[in-house]
Amino acid sequence: MACLVRSWIPLLFLQSFLVAIAFGSNEGEEFSEELLLKPLPDRKVLAHFHFENRAPPSNSHGRNHHLFPKAISQLVQKFRVKEMELSFTQGRWNHEHWGGFDPLSSMNAKPVGVELWAVFDVPQSQVDISWKNLTHALSGLFCASINFLESSTSYAAPTWGFGTNSDKLRYGSLPREAVCTENLTPWLKLLPCRDKDGISALMNRPSVYRGFYHSQRLHLSTVESGQEGLGSGIVLEQTLTVVIQPETTSVETNMQPSWSLSSLFGRKVVGSCVLAKSSNVYLQLEGRLGHESKNVDTEIEAHKLWMNSDFDLSLKPDRVIRESSSLLFIFDIDKSSDSEPFDLGLTWKLPSKWSCEQAPLHASRFLMGSGNERGAIAILLKATESQEKLSGRNLTTDGRCTIKANIFQIFPWYIKVYYHTLQIFVDQQQKTDSEVLKKINVSPSTDKVSSGMLEMMLELPCEVKSAAISIEYDKGFLHIDEYPPDANQGFDIPSALISFPSHHASLDFQEELSKSPLLSSFKEKSLVRSYTEVLLVPLTTPDFSMPYNVITITCTIFALYFGSLLNVLRRRIGEEERFLKSQAGKKRGGLKQLLSRLTAKIRGRPIEAPSSESPAAESSFLSSKLIFKIILVAGAAAAWQYFSTDK
Amino acid sequence: MASEKRDKEEEEVKTDDGSPKIKPRPIVQLGIFLVAHSPVFSVVFSAAGVLALLILPLLAKNTYISENALMPGSARSMLSNRDVSDGSKLVKDIKNYWLNHEGQGVEVQKLIGKYMSDMGAEVYYQKFHPEGNQFHPLHFFSGPDSYTLLDNVSCASYGVNVAGIIRAPRGDGKESIVLVTPYDFINGGDYEALSLGITSTLFSLLARVTWLSKDIIWLVTDSRYGDYRPVAAWLTEYHSPSFKVSDLLKCGELNTADTFRRAGTVAAALVLKVDGRSERFEDTLSIYAEASNGQMPNLDLINVVNYLAVHRQGFYVKVEKVVSLLSSSWLKIIGEIFEAVGKLARTLNPDWNFGIPAADYLEGSATLASSLYSQALGIPTGPHGAFRDYQVDAITLKISPRFPPDSKTRQHDFFLRGARLLEGTIRSVNNLLEKFHQSFFLYLLTSPSKFISVGVYMIAFALLVAPLPMVAASLYIEGCKALTKSTDNPTENLKSWKWLDAAKQVFALHLLGFIVTLLPYFICQVPGQHSPRNRSIMWGTTSSSLLLITFAIIPGCSPFSSRHHGTNWAVLKSVTISAAFIGLCLMSIINFATAEIGALLLVPTCLMAQPIKPALRSRRIKSLLGAFCSMVLLTIGFPVMFFAISKGLFGEAVVGLSLGGEFWTWLESLWAWKSATYLYIGMVHLPCWLLCLCILFHPS
Repeated sequence: MACLVRSWIPLLFLQSFLVAIAFGSNEGEEFSEELLLKPLPDRKVLAHFHFENRAPPSNSHGRNHHLFPKAISQLVQKFRVKEMELSFTQGRWNHEHWGGFDPLSSMNAKPVGVELWAVFDVPQSQVDISWKNLTHALSGLFCASINFLESSTSYAAPTWGFGTNSDKLRYGSLPREAVCTENLTPWLKLLPCRDKDGISALMNRPSVYRGFYHSQRLHLSTVESGQEGLGSGIVLEQTLTVVIQPETTSVETNMQPSWSLSSLFGRKVVGSCVLAKSSNVYLQLEGRLGHESKNVDTEIEAHKLWMNSDFDLSLKPDRVIRESSSLLFIFDIDKSSDSEPFDLGLTWKLPSKWSCEQAPLHASRFLMGSGNERGAIAILLKATESQEKLSGRNLTTDGRCTIKANIFQIFPWYIKVYYHTLQIFVDQQQKTDSEVLKKINVSPSTDKVSSGMLEMMLELPCEVKSAAISIEYDKGFLHIDEYPPDANQGFDIPSALISFPSHHASLDFQEELSKSPLLSSFKEKSLVRSYTEVLLVPLTTPDFSMPYNVITITCTIFALYFGSLLNVLRRRIGEEERFLKSQAGKKRGGLKQLLSRLTAKIRGRPIEAPSSESPAAESSFLSSKLIFKIILVAGAAAAWQYFSTDK
Repeated sequence: MASEKRDKEEEEVKTDDGSPKIKPRPIVQLGIFLVAHSPVFSVVFSAAGVLALLILPLLAKNTYISENALMPGSARSMLSNRDVSDGSKLVKDIKNYWLNHEGQGVEVQKLIGKYMSDMGAEVYYQKFHPEGNQFHPLHFFSGPDSYTLLDNVSCASYGVNVAGIIRAPRGDGKESIVLVTPYDFINGGDYEALSLGITSTLFSLLARVTWLSKDIIWLVTDSRYGDYRPVAAWLTEYHSPSFKVSDLLKCGELNTADTFRRAGTVAAALVLKVDGRSERFEDTLSIYAEASNGQMPNLDLINVVNYLAVHRQGFYVKVEKVVSLLSSSWLKIIGEIFEAVGKLARTLNPDWNFGIPAADYLEGSATLASSLYSQALGIPTGPHGAFRDYQVDAITLKISPRFPPDSKTRQHDFFLRGARLLEGTIRSVNNLLEKFHQSFFLYLLTSPSKFISVGVYMIAFALLVAPLPMVAASLYIEGCKALTKSTDNPTENLKSWKWLDAAKQVFALHLLGFIVTLLPYFICQVPGQHSPRNRSIMWGTTSSSLLLITFAIIPGCSPFSSRHHGTNWAVLKSVTISAAFIGLCLMSIINFATAEIGALLLVPTCLMAQPIKPALRSRRIKSLLGAFCSMVLLTIGFPVMFFAISKGLFGEAVVGLSLGGEFWTWLESLWAWKSATYLYIGMVHLPCWLLCLCILFHPS
């Protein structure tokens, strides 16, 4: 009993302390936790965790944080980060089935591995230094090898292709970085309740990492206060997007699987995080489901929204919001408790089908060519079904309907891109650069110093069916110690970013919302962007696994060294010469005669009379011969070139 | 070897020019000794070379999995009856379709495509042209050519491939594994449908497993146009598509524009065929690995398949062998001799257990001969060859079930085992982080589980070609001596340009060989339809007239020219042998097996060649025998002759004029497959053979 009391007392203290912080924080630090659930057309479920932590502007010196993670605020102050985003991703976002034209996908569909970009608030000359320091700091903070982005060969400074126009922006990505729970733990540490309470308690590691897509993102931006003497406020946005396949027992293939939070994650929510200002769970149902029920006037009809012939929700939503093409159910989890955990479930009764809205063009990228020599990178843009709906929005001055597409691509230095070989095909017709290319910015790579970067703005007609861009490259050679451990796998070319500057995705809620950070971020217009696949380029790789070569070379060197040393020490030259002179008088054997003949013949000179031609004449003769040879070779080369290019 | 020695000698002389002669180094002495006794050594070395080739089956090592990451068979198979029933259903549907319909259109493709998409794969169709390889002399060694568009594309004949891609759930999409099943969409075929069944069973499993790290592509090729061409067309589209508009897309009702999908770098490919009925009690699995120009896939891939097939699924695994060799008595005798020697050696020292039973030896040599032959031919033995052109390791698995194709009861078990074999292989390849690089790429197989690595089999070749430089050097010295004797002015004769006349002749004939090599291209351009026989006659007449022209233009070239114009035959032979040596060594780098077989033919011919006239004049038994031998060798060495003999060895006797047609077809296939063997025959073998002929009829 005493034991129980002893353990209770600190807990009570802690509880009251936490409550005091949560409610008595007049500085205005705010934390909110939200979870968006969304069934996907291909029988999977998307879960999007969103945590926002706001620190208001205050005097930057000697500041004391209650909720806001100290590590992040120190990071911002030290490196003067204006805006930064770090994402860890595993798996590929399926643009066809999971959508490409909503704020969720345009913000959370990230390239495989680690992606980091940051805008600094420092003089231009110090941006690179700040970036390098930042990568190291983040590397330590998130237990990841982000420090590899420090090297100037791995990052670039996009000017306009990335979507954020700033000359103090740096961008880098590590496609090969493996993402695991090691990276999630430090990320969770930044949350006030970690994963002990509230929505984050759902993050059961096995179920999170079993998903088809997993992206953990950290976005921070500073908000200028505008007042003198005050520093800037920081908004820290942490999101985790997972796509999970619910376990299903039904054999019916066209029936959407039913799920509940506990079946998806193996856990339930027992109460919100005490420190959170708001903790909500949203359920978004897309497609024709949204259109079906138009009037939500009466209580019965509202009830019908979440318990109808199509599907059942296990809990009554607190609010229902309609969007242009979807329904949003809002649940407040404050009411849940240990005895009555929040376990939202969705049961489908009828087979239903819908499709997600897609970006105007679907981008895919692939390598062309084979072997270890040349190759080409091709980016293929294909019109999607939703393109027709979207087109017509962006009329140019002369009345033509166009789609703008920005392509931003980093090339590692060992991919030596020949920018002059850029070819653009629109609907299988080759176009000149001036026809479709509106803007282009190229920064070539320098061997072992910096990576290359290509930014392009294409202006394609709205009725375009497909567009292809190809650019040739040569493969460079790496120094033996520059190869990574698994060199024979090949080398990665980071994802290209395709963004559509004239298209913006936003959710259009018909009702005025409460101050939900997630929904308000959805309501803001966000640039539609999609990342292409990572490419694998096989480079020529030395045979590392052959110690034999090393042994052979070492032995040869040793033999040469010791052999010559012994020769020098042992041989007596004077003695040998004396011996030879005494031998010279004697008659030579037949074999030796043969030898002298042979050697004389090989040298091309008679034994008796050395060549008496004057060297000058010989040299002129040689030179004319040489010129003739050169002409012959050049002629042969020209002929070869002529015939091989023919046909 | 010898040139090195000569270099040494040269060095020696330079260092003490003018000073008294020092005693040559031992290595130089050895060189001189070898050159001086070249006839003996050439016989010894050549015999040793042939013996080393015969002994190879004894030296074969057991294969082993070199790459630890492969871990074949360590995971339990996840294949369930549900998957098998999926496969059976597809086969049943296809069979039903054939019962009710005539083969036209793309209905079968659509049926397969529907099955794929039901399993959760991304499906697309690809149209291709059956137009195959066109010979172009200048593009011979260039890689797989980019898709050359034909202007007058006819919609009359085109094939449609179906492909489905399963994306690895958590993978990054950088790599993929390709499964190919050729299927004739027009005529069907019961056995071919079984291969679709196996793959569909496997695909159904792969669509729901979570362990995939590489995407899986299942390609059902339209085998109406052969096995190879559809795969090659798909690979061309995969690796070097043309973004320009193609008329082919408009053909037929199937719209395939812009639907081609890709899945990263291809890590490995497996071609599955079910063919014929097994003659044995077990189901038989034949492995075909040879790609163009004797390139082989990594040995680990074969090892994995062999391991899983033998130790897990109980298939009888075999590789191709020359069946006629199995019954040859001389090989059997050799095998028995080796067995006896092995037994004797074991009694002397129990550690020397290199002896193998004669039956094993026979089997091993038949397989080795087939392995050598397929590599030397340079023509891929299956659709997997198309992958090798893109540096992808691929093999063809041909399964022969022991039951007739309509047996329902056995089918289930067969699908289960076939799919498990493929599942295990794919799982192993899927485990790989790096591409195949650990194990051998240069090897010969003597059985599915035994191989000879490059380090062992090149000994035979090295021994065979070793006499060439020695004999060349000794002949040169001899020829120089003879020349010095024949003329009065010693200063002129001692100049090193004595070989120049001979070199001119050798060069002229090599040039002729080059032109003859290119001739078929121009003959193909001749308008009108010609039978292969007519074409070969055209080629033969052009070539021989060119030869006559060469003899007429270049004095001293002809064996029929007067004695004073002619060069010394010894010098000519020396230069010929040097040229043959260089040609063989170059060929051994490009395609070892060709060089090996070429050396077997060319080395004795070159070594034995000597003027026939003095031999006839002398009327000594020894010289007559030598002349006879060289004539026989020269007859065998003629490419057409050798072709006929090898045909006879394989059991197809060809005689008369049809031989020319056959030979033409064979050569056409060689150049169509871009086989370096064609170049070897035209540019090394033929000139050397002609030169030997010149020597034979030399008027000295």
